[in-house]
Amino acid sequence: MNEIASFIIAKYNYWIYIVLMMIGLYAMIVKNNLVKKIIGMNIFQTAIILFYVSIGTKRGATIPIIYHGHGDGSHAVHATDYINPLPHVLMLTAIVVSVATLGVALAIALKVYRRYNTLEEDEIFTQIRRK
Amino acid sequence: MEMIESIKPLLAVLISVVVVVPLIIISRRPNTREAWTFVAAVGKFILVASMLPVILDGSEITCTVASVLPGLDIAFRVDAFGMLFALVSSSLWIVTSVYSIGYMRGLDEHSQARYFSFFALSLSATIGVAFSANLLTLYLFYEMLSFATYPLVTHHQDIEARRSGRKYLLYIVGSSIALVLPAMIITWQLTGTLTFSPAGILGGQASPAVVTMLLFFFLYGFAKAGLMPFHSWLPAAMVAPTPVSALLHAVAVVKVGVFCILRVLTGVFGIKLLADLNLGTVVAVLASITIITSSLIAMSQDGLKRRLAFSTISQLSYIILGAAILSPKSMTGGMVHIAMHAFGKITLFFCAGAIFVATGKKYISEMAGIGKQMPITMTAFFIGALSVIGLPPCGGIISKWNIAVGTLETHQAGFLVVLLVSSILNAAYFLPIVYKAFFCGPEETLFPDKIKEAPLWCVVPLVVTAVLSILMFIFPQPFLTLAKLSVGTLFINP
Amino acid sequence: MTQHLPAIIIVVPLLSALLVAVFGWIKKTICFVIALPAMGIVFLSSIVLFYKVITENQPIIYFLGGWSPPVGIAYNIDHLSSLVLVLISGVTLAHLIATRQTVIEEFTNKVSAFYTLYILFVTGLMGIVATGDAFNLYVLLEIASITGYAMIGMNSGRAYLACFNYIIIGTIGACLYLLGVGYIYLVTGSLNMLDIASILPGLVDSKVVPAAFIICMVGLMVKMGLFPLHGWLPNAYTYAPSSVSTLMAPLTTKVMIYVMVRVALYVFTPVLSFSVIKPGNGFTWIAVAAIIMGSLMALSQQNIKKMLSYIVIAEVGYMVGGLWLGNRMGITGAILHIVNDAVMTLCIFLAVVSFSSYKKRDKLSDFQGAFKEMPVTAAVFCVAAISIIGVPPTCGFFSKWYLISGGLAAGHYAFVAALLFSSLINMVLFFRIIEIAYFEPFSDHHGKKHHVKIAEASPGLLIPLIIVACMLIILGLYTDELVTHVISHAIPAEIV
Repeated sequence: MNEIASFIIAKYNYWIYIVLMMIGLYAMIVKNNLVKKIIGMNIFQTAIILFYVSIGTKRGATIPIIYHGHGDGSHAVHATDYINPLPHVLMLTAIVVSVATLGVALAIALKVYRRYNTLEEDEIFTQIRRK
Repeated sequence: MEMIESIKPLLAVLISVVVVVPLIIISRRPNTREAWTFVAAVGKFILVASMLPVILDGSEITCTVASVLPGLDIAFRVDAFGMLFALVSSSLWIVTSVYSIGYMRGLDEHSQARYFSFFALSLSATIGVAFSANLLTLYLFYEMLSFATYPLVTHHQDIEARRSGRKYLLYIVGSSIALVLPAMIITWQLTGTLTFSPAGILGGQASPAVVTMLLFFFLYGFAKAGLMPFHSWLPAAMVAPTPVSALLHAVAVVKVGVFCILRVLTGVFGIKLLADLNLGTVVAVLASITIITSSLIAMSQDGLKRRLAFSTISQLSYIILGAAILSPKSMTGGMVHIAMHAFGKITLFFCAGAIFVATGKKYISEMAGIGKQMPITMTAFFIGALSVIGLPPCGGIISKWNIAVGTLETHQAGFLVVLLVSSILNAAYFLPIVYKAFFCGPEETLFPDKIKEAPLWCVVPLVVTAVLSILMFIFPQPFLTLAKLSVGTLFINP
Repeated sequence: MTQHLPAIIIVVPLLSALLVAVFGWIKKTICFVIALPAMGIVFLSSIVLFYKVITENQPIIYFLGGWSPPVGIAYNIDHLSSLVLVLISGVTLAHLIATRQTVIEEFTNKVSAFYTLYILFVTGLMGIVATGDAFNLYVLLEIASITGYAMIGMNSGRAYLACFNYIIIGTIGACLYLLGVGYIYLVTGSLNMLDIASILPGLVDSKVVPAAFIICMVGLMVKMGLFPLHGWLPNAYTYAPSSVSTLMAPLTTKVMIYVMVRVALYVFTPVLSFSVIKPGNGFTWIAVAAIIMGSLMALSQQNIKKMLSYIVIAEVGYMVGGLWLGNRMGITGAILHIVNDAVMTLCIFLAVVSFSSYKKRDKLSDFQGAFKEMPVTAAVFCVAAISIIGVPPTCGFFSKWYLISGGLAAGHYAFVAALLFSSLINMVLFFRIIEIAYFEPFSDHHGKKHHVKIAEASPGLLIPLIIVACMLIILGLYTDELVTHVISHAIPAEIV
């Protein structure tokens, strides 16, 4: 029991991202409303972003910026002292991507609304079938 | 054996493809258009015939066109057997071209430019099959022939044509994709080559079970040969205009089927392998069943073309039977039968077409007394029938005689019985037609006692092929020589 | 100059997209005038790159902006990617010219927006193929996807909903790929594909690597529309504007399969992909299901574009199956089929567009009389159909040849049977259309032929169409060259 608990707690960051991802996936698949689907999609993307960010951390490390870096060179930088910046940088790009996707998705949802006057998927389907 | 590099086989194949272009361009002027077809047909025949002396000398002509897969080329090789087949189809194309002109104009058919274009394409494919050096090239032209003949079979573009076309493609293309293609690839994987060799390529490369499986794949995959139960496309294809039935469904297409089977039996499996595994007998039994069954079915057919179609199915199996007996004599007979049957059967089809053009009659029951109106046509029909039955003085006897001698040589007299029974059946379904046409009382006859033949364009070709059928009895060379040459290379080590 | 070609194939279209966006506001017709030379340059550069890689027989590695990995992004042009680059740029060029008229008709007021998206889409695809960085690949993947979503959404009607589903599912796919890359990064600390490939074989015992592998692959399978993850594809291609679906159908799925090949062979390396993780058998069975289900579902369609979309799904099965057979024959077949299928699909989709030039032809029954009116398009359609059925000497036969050989060599007879089954179904599918177009409307064959006026598509569409159809046969005849000089080098030597 103890082992399982420590297993779960020690890797809490992964568990969080998995839970978030599943919430997002659930919303995308099950929800009837298109905007809710979009929200699910965003949660899904955010979960992965959080995963990336969490893997860059280190205990007791700081951001990788050198204070008073100019000068005598006495500030030899140890890798243990700063967190890995690369995943964070990558996630900046991923955020941009997710925003772009969100934008397109919302635009399409808007077009759907203008055409069918509803955002509920089942109602749209009945309209399509009726035609 | 001497090998000669030459571009001639390629030219012989391409000449009728090339002619399609001017055919389409000048499609508005029928006379020039048909002149082109004629030029192509004669040109093709001359090209093929010009290779004959070299082949008769015992040499072979090769030509590699392109290397499409590593170690696998599109290549031509003209040997005696291929030559035999090419000679038959290219010479009969000339006759059929003349006949087509008479038939198509006589009936005022539509889309004649399309008709002549695809006819030319089909002949290209046929010659391609005849000259193929390997299985891949063979397959390529086999499929090309299937697709090129589709618009010809369905020329009338009505509901019946559509139904028949569907059946035609399903049987022919379906079986070649489902059976020949995998068999070919398996062969390639086992042996690393697909080039036909007189000794076969599969010998010692595969287990008996695999060899047997491959044999069945090839045998039924080449459905153009009409081996039962893959035969029913042929009667269906009779909706085509008669020249198509005549050249393609008595000569080119169906003979391509048996040619492929013979090529595969001799060039891929090899006589020795077939004999060792007793597979020749298996094939012979299958062929015998087809011979007898389809002869019986033919007797019950009232449509003249349908009866001819079932007769073709049984005659095709003669050729396979001849090869499967695995004796030099019967193999020679089988190969020569390609030629003999071609001349006889095309005469019969021409007659059927001529009757249709002149009187509009399609059914045998409506043809009582027709000999009074069309004596030339019906005489030709009689000669053609004699040839197909295998009676002198027509060519058919030569091939059947050889096959029969082969069965005795190899002590397989059972197949001799098959031959005799089927000959009797042949006589039983052909001769009554002729008898009724000429010798029926005045109360029975359905035609006025006044000679009214089909147009000259139709009559001349059928007279020519009828005369040729007789000449083949008197001068069976060069076909017999070619067949013997070819068989000679196959049975070097019996 | 030539050493910067890997950058040119990305930068030139990127800048021209900007130019199109700007000048398109001023004058609509100028969009095509800018796009054409841009795509021409891309095509020529790709060919030069291809030629260089072949003649020098070694990959070109280009550091974007001079930054070397692990800091910078490397572009890695090897035999495989240069081949696909030529393919993409060639297909795009032909498509661009062919659909000029269609675009004007379909996007009257939005021509400049369309061309901007169009060029960005192609840039994304080129980037996906050229890049040697796993994360950069994700970004470019999303660039191609987002522009693709937007282009599909430019049609009205059911396109919106189809597009919305595509967005949702496509995002799941891309995110899964990103997640997989995250796991790879976790264990290797690198994003450069060459680095990863040198580190991963040392991590054979790691449990993370198989997880990363499976997540990546599932993501890609969603993106390529592999059955049963294909849900988005048929509707998206059917309801998209025809000038969009004609581009996306040949390219998107094929590029995704390229990515799968790249990730399997050059990121996870053959050792991991085929010996340690061994998903091959399972994946091939999925492919078998894809081929059979794709063919069967195609059979039940009445809409031509939908039918073709299901054929695309079956073809995806061909390539995935071929790859995961894990032998040289199968992988050769898969890569060859990427090329052949792209050209085939382009040809058949363009032929359908051409058929619709004067009269809208969506349903199969709309094709009545089409062959009489458009004989040239009919001929092209038949050539493409024959190639998809897989008849020599068209290219479709030769890739099928390799795939079947691979299946036999691996002893995976179900895959072989599925391929043959699909060929037969394709025959039925296409001859059903050919029958309608050729026979109907029925008429009396002896009666006076009522003259049908020949109304062919414009030469602008017809000429590229004929060229593409000729390519089908040329590619077929040059299979030997393609395999020995390009594809055999593209497959790692340890695969036999």
